[in-house]
Amino acid sequence: MNGPIRRVAIVAAVMFLALLLNASWLSVARTDSLNANPQNRRTRDAEFDRDRGAILAGNTPIARSDPSKGQFSYQRVYPEGPTYANITGYYSYDYGRSGLEDMYNRELSGTSDAQFFGRLMESFQGGTPAGASVQTTINQRAQQAAVNGLGSRKGAVVALNYRTGAVLAMVSTPSYDPNKLASTDLSAARQAWQQLSTDKDRPLAKRATREIYPPGSTFKLVTAAAALTDGMTADSTVPSPAKLRLPQTTIDLTNEVNCGGDTSSLAHALEVSCNTAFANLGLRLGADKLRAQARLFGFDSSFGGDLDSATSVFPASPNDPQTAMSAIGQYDVAATPLQMAVVAGAIANDGQVMEPFLVQEVRTPDLQILSSHHNSQMQRALSVPNARSLQNMMVGVVENGTGRAAQVSGTTVGGKTGTAQSDPARPPYAWFVGFAKDPDVAIAVFIEEADIQRSEIAGGRLGGPIFSQVVEALK
Amino acid sequence: MSAITAPGNVVVYRKRRNTELLMDIVALSIGLGAWALTHLNTSGTIPPEWPWLVGMWGGLGLVLHILVRWRLPFADPLILPTVLLLNGLGLAMIHRIDLIPDPAKHDATTQLIWTGLGAALFLVVIIGLRDHRSLQRFPYLLFLAGIALLLLPLVPGLGVEQFGSRIWIRVGPFSFQPAEVAKIVLAIAFAAYLVERRDVLALAGRHVLGIGFPRLRDLGPIMIMWAASLAVLVFQNDLGTSLLFFGLFVMMLYVATQRAGWPILGTALFAIGAVAAYYYTAHVKVRVGAWLYPFDNFDRNLQVISAQFGYAWGGLTGRGWGLGRPGLTPLAKSDFIAAALGEEIGVLGLMAIIMLYGLLVARGLRMALACRDPFGKLLAAGLSFVFALQVFAIIGGVTRLLPLTGLTTPFMSQGGSSMISNWVIAGILLVISHQARRPIRPMDEDHDSAAGVISLADDDTRLI
Repeated sequence: MNGPIRRVAIVAAVMFLALLLNASWLSVARTDSLNANPQNRRTRDAEFDRDRGAILAGNTPIARSDPSKGQFSYQRVYPEGPTYANITGYYSYDYGRSGLEDMYNRELSGTSDAQFFGRLMESFQGGTPAGASVQTTINQRAQQAAVNGLGSRKGAVVALNYRTGAVLAMVSTPSYDPNKLASTDLSAARQAWQQLSTDKDRPLAKRATREIYPPGSTFKLVTAAAALTDGMTADSTVPSPAKLRLPQTTIDLTNEVNCGGDTSSLAHALEVSCNTAFANLGLRLGADKLRAQARLFGFDSSFGGDLDSATSVFPASPNDPQTAMSAIGQYDVAATPLQMAVVAGAIANDGQVMEPFLVQEVRTPDLQILSSHHNSQMQRALSVPNARSLQNMMVGVVENGTGRAAQVSGTTVGGKTGTAQSDPARPPYAWFVGFAKDPDVAIAVFIEEADIQRSEIAGGRLGGPIFSQVVEALK
Repeated sequence: MSAITAPGNVVVYRKRRNTELLMDIVALSIGLGAWALTHLNTSGTIPPEWPWLVGMWGGLGLVLHILVRWRLPFADPLILPTVLLLNGLGLAMIHRIDLIPDPAKHDATTQLIWTGLGAALFLVVIIGLRDHRSLQRFPYLLFLAGIALLLLPLVPGLGVEQFGSRIWIRVGPFSFQPAEVAKIVLAIAFAAYLVERRDVLALAGRHVLGIGFPRLRDLGPIMIMWAASLAVLVFQNDLGTSLLFFGLFVMMLYVATQRAGWPILGTALFAIGAVAAYYYTAHVKVRVGAWLYPFDNFDRNLQVISAQFGYAWGGLTGRGWGLGRPGLTPLAKSDFIAAALGEEIGVLGLMAIIMLYGLLVARGLRMALACRDPFGKLLAAGLSFVFALQVFAIIGGVTRLLPLTGLTTPFMSQGGSSMISNWVIAGILLVISHQARRPIRPMDEDHDSAAGVISLADDDTRLI
């Protein structure tokens, strides 16, 4: 019988070996994903009991952890909750995290690999490890000005320092109070979540970066850039009839304004936002050149890094009438407000696209720098002369054209207005994108479902003042 | 194992009782240390009842050691310490989980009483059962009794259903898992029956592809076991128990007859039963789903998921006694005690525990090799294998190697029936090991010993 017993012993040995291998596999391969699972109460509770780092705008915390006597040792507090909610995001026990709270969770909670040594030292000294603080690039005055400017309207404002790519203001309205979601009174937090997630105005949506909208006439900046790259100048003339029969269709494209004759210079067409002129330009350049130019500005890819933006799109294979409509920012062209700010910023920065970013640096409690942002140049969208020429055309828009409402006394300002329709049944979207010189800032203002006339001036009338308020705040 | 050949061709194994004593002390200290660490880590003090506990647990260990030394001086020196270590860790963990609610529970005390009862039965076995061969006498009676025990929970009014399985019986305030006792009874019955019939089972039949298959009329017993296992699976909703008994029977058939056809046939039959159960009972499908895709249904699979979170939270070296959160996993004291241990003493601790079980199985199989009589061989091999299968199924289930089966973790899980029957198994194994290692003088043996030739075992037995 000993032969079979030996074979049985081998079977038993294999079973125990399988148990040991599986335990090793569990430890090596599954631990990280299990600990990162948002439904893991062990890690969640431990995180809530940790002194989480602050998120700072300037020297002011816009999110911090205060000692608490409740269920957990700390309570997350957002001193000006709704103003910065679009940046900080929320930090909730039952509903996870968003925004920087999510993106920098490991640093804030002190569990990133870079903080390993600090954790080790802390645990030797018997203390609880504290998280690192996250320094944003947000300018508080600009942020406040953008919030005030939008008021009760739905929309978004993104302001960038176009020399560096730093985000100076980023607002999405309507906003929400992250304090309510971060409450350690879990039933109150549940109620707040119920209310916010079912609100038809979608306060949790990140309109500035995570949603795309038809950019309307502000996309004419991209079309104009493509035309300049193609060899035209500001003075080149474009046919600008009152009506343009779109090829292969029986639809007539009309102008919202008088384009001033049957032909118009490129500069003048931009100044008055002449639809037929730009549709003709689009037809002359073709979809491929328009798309190539749009991609140089950042369309068809997302701005990664800490902004984690949605991808702005230029249609993949439009036919001729669709190309004509795309050239004036209609049809399937769609962009995030961040993308349009990048377009204005690249033009203002003499054609060089800077990668937008939100976090300047991450510091441990003893002020050691864990990571810090290095300005990063993306591709060049325009040659320097063409960029300067387009800057002048945009200055013309604000001085003589549709963007007069954006003027700031004593500061050179250029811009472009836009009004776009996503659906004929709904009121159009109003846009203003522009830049100022000293302070060097590029701003996109976007207003959703504004109760406005479908006129070309609407974008300037509504967006222009918000633009100039933000520029004033930065002065 | 070193053996000294004494004059007159008598093989004398070293008794190694002092080795066992030393190991016992280490094992007892680890259990007591775990208890003390739990209190130190949670409240910073060791409670005043600590000396009592040391006296009680240490006393129990010493009594067991002394009686083994007296009655079974040649018994295997590693089995008792391993059992004491596992039992001590299990008690410490149940006590640690007791401390989570406020006010604390006292399940560990109950479990300690069960341990005491188990140890008492262990003593009854080692004192009353000098020679395991006396168990050989009533195979058919034991077989019937075992099957009856196995199916007892199906009796209306007696059986109760808990956690989806009908494997308990309740009489008054006491509930009991008769399958645990059936495990021992059936192992003895199988061994006795197979020793009696093994020649017929081994020799008759025909060969297909070089593998010997049995005759149809000899298939009777395996068919009865298959039917009983399926009944357990289908009517009691218990895949684990079903696997355990069928595996035990098939493995013993194989060892008795040396024919590879039995395990092949048995595995095939079990596979058929399991596949059919998967398609025709909701229970098995749920278990398989929870094994492969636990996160598809967080609420339903909370237990398995929480156990995985516990392992991840414990990491390699664990949170430490009292510092993890094993209470978040439902049934952490019984079915999922391996998860609680993994969380607090880490994957390394869990692996050490798996190794301890492996050691027990290895010692059991080794004494099956060394045993002189076929009944003892078969019984030792069977009990060791069923033990291995049980550990494999439950720890494999908790760590997501296999679908979860509601088996107990021997010597550790909360529960009296399992505790008592495992102690009895340990006692039987010790008796067999004593018989196997004890020197035989010609006058002790009534056969096998003509002309001073000592037959220790089969031809292929090697000294180990």
